[in-house]
Amino acid sequence: MFRYIIRRILISIPMLIVASFLCFALTSVMGDPLGEWKLQKPRTPAEISAAYARTGYDKPLIPRYVNWAEHFVQGDWGETVTPGNAGEKVKPKVIDAFWTTSKLVIGSEIIALILGMLIGVIGAVRQYSIFDYGATGFAFTMFSMPLFCIALILKNGGIQLNNWLESVTGDASNRWIVTSGPPVGGFTGGIGQQIFQYTGAYILPTICLVSVQFALYSRFQRASMLDVLNQDYVRTAQAKGISQARVVFKHAYRNALIPIATVASLNFGALVGGAVITETVFGWSGMGKLLVDSITKLEPYMVLGLMMSTAVFVVLFNLIADVLYAFLDPRIRLD
Amino acid sequence: MTDVISPVAQPPASPEASQFDTTTARKQWQVILRRFFRHKAAVFGMIVFVALVLLAFIGGSVWKYSYTDLNLGRYVTPGGDHPFGTGHIGEDMFAQVMRGMQFSLQIAMVVAVIATGLGVVLGALAGYLRGWVDALISRFIDLMLVLPALVIAAAMTRSTFLLEATKTGSQGSNWLLVALYIGFTSWMSVARTIRGMVLSLREKEFVEAARALGAPTRRIVFKHILPNTIDVIIVNATLAIAQAVLLEAALSFIGLGVQTPDTSLGLLISQNKNEFTIHPWLFFIPFVFIVLISLSVNFIGDGLRDAFDPRQKRVKA
Repeated sequence: MFRYIIRRILISIPMLIVASFLCFALTSVMGDPLGEWKLQKPRTPAEISAAYARTGYDKPLIPRYVNWAEHFVQGDWGETVTPGNAGEKVKPKVIDAFWTTSKLVIGSEIIALILGMLIGVIGAVRQYSIFDYGATGFAFTMFSMPLFCIALILKNGGIQLNNWLESVTGDASNRWIVTSGPPVGGFTGGIGQQIFQYTGAYILPTICLVSVQFALYSRFQRASMLDVLNQDYVRTAQAKGISQARVVFKHAYRNALIPIATVASLNFGALVGGAVITETVFGWSGMGKLLVDSITKLEPYMVLGLMMSTAVFVVLFNLIADVLYAFLDPRIRLD
Repeated sequence: MTDVISPVAQPPASPEASQFDTTTARKQWQVILRRFFRHKAAVFGMIVFVALVLLAFIGGSVWKYSYTDLNLGRYVTPGGDHPFGTGHIGEDMFAQVMRGMQFSLQIAMVVAVIATGLGVVLGALAGYLRGWVDALISRFIDLMLVLPALVIAAAMTRSTFLLEATKTGSQGSNWLLVALYIGFTSWMSVARTIRGMVLSLREKEFVEAARALGAPTRRIVFKHILPNTIDVIIVNATLAIAQAVLLEAALSFIGLGVQTPDTSLGLLISQNKNEFTIHPWLFFIPFVFIVLISLSVNFIGDGLRDAFDPRQKRVKA
């Protein structure tokens, strides 16, 4: 097991190097970050060459990449290059965005997982009951909707609720729902007020993320549970006269957990890279929003920094998924 | 269970035997089709989807207004002359939505073909040939999972070479580009699934028999192994349509999707996202069509999965 993990990590290092180079090349294809600045007003050639020298864009692709890589492995992730927001360090911005995203994603992922497993198991045990049909229909509807529409509808509902709260209490401080990201200075006031602010800031993006994720998990859990419930050893257990609850939880559920554990861990690795739509609509400056902004502003080093940190998580959670699989199913050997 | 599923061809029944023989063996695809058509939700999904396709490709062209007709009166509420109302420059929303749906469906079809094709070919190669081919393809899959799809999308939309290459006539076809990069960034899960299936199938006796008879690799892969994965391929291709429609909508929303003069349902929604409260139909009508496409396709996919699964107990064949 230990050797397997080490080998997997070692294999992923050249992959990350290739990925970072490709990503760098792609950002160059996207365009010249100084292109717009050059056209804004007449610039002297000296001005232009100075700007290019400052950003390193006077050199061709390969030396630029090597230069970035040398600094990156020493912990210097570079700076933003486009004039106007030039000279901002990439690393602290990415770390900030990472915390913002994690705060949002971890909670909603846990809620989605619990809800999904619960509904999936009930749906499988009571297959073709009204509950099952209802849950299936709901799950299907949820992942047939574009996420940004769910987000926009929720946001609008939040604003309506705020208006209603304000008109009822006649006090603007009772606008509960926050649709523009978590408060900058953290939560303030007494414990009651803090809870009020906390729920107000988190509720909509969390519902938004949960709605889609839970639909996915409930379908997965239902399928894997059905698969297990139809197996011979479950019938044997039932034939021996063991109570249904015991059969479901002791015998079947443990095995039905294996596929969903893998899916959840892969999903989580991908989500750390940012919930692009949710963050954009609700104004959370997390990884996804930062990535979209950096792509539109053509910030090569910001994109690279985000890609590298996301990639590490994808690789890590891929590995966790495989190890978890072997851990939950002793028949599988990793070597 | 009245039918016998037999892998070997039935000998022609003798005249005497056929008097007593009240059942005939159905071919496997007949069994699957029967199961599919007994799945009510799937058949309903199929009807809705076919209706939507017909509406998109025929309805738009026979409708009295074209998508180019403007100044028909701004923000006319749905009903009467304009069943879906009109938008902010007096365009007829029915014509717009039909055209958007056309583009969304075209994109989805292209994505389904590319993603499934790439996934099946690469997955089968990796699983069958193993060794360095497998290592190479698997690392390539990892690489594609790590590279942000948005960066690929942004690079592809801005690359002048691709813009030239996908030009049809004098007009650029931005939708094709969008379809291409959604396709190129969504084949990995199919490839992984197929690879896993092929890895186990290649060890089966019938493959060994084919190899012993001297069948070339191409024949073994395409005639013996891939037909056994057809259920996964078909179900994945179907679901890819639903995913592509949604993904395209999301990309349009963040500005990396289809751009005018082309259009799509996703673009229509994002263009009208600020009309949400005052002119809600502009937002909700294209939204309903996206949900209808995706929902009907999901139901079809679910029905197909059940129909292909020999262990399904409920829908009797």
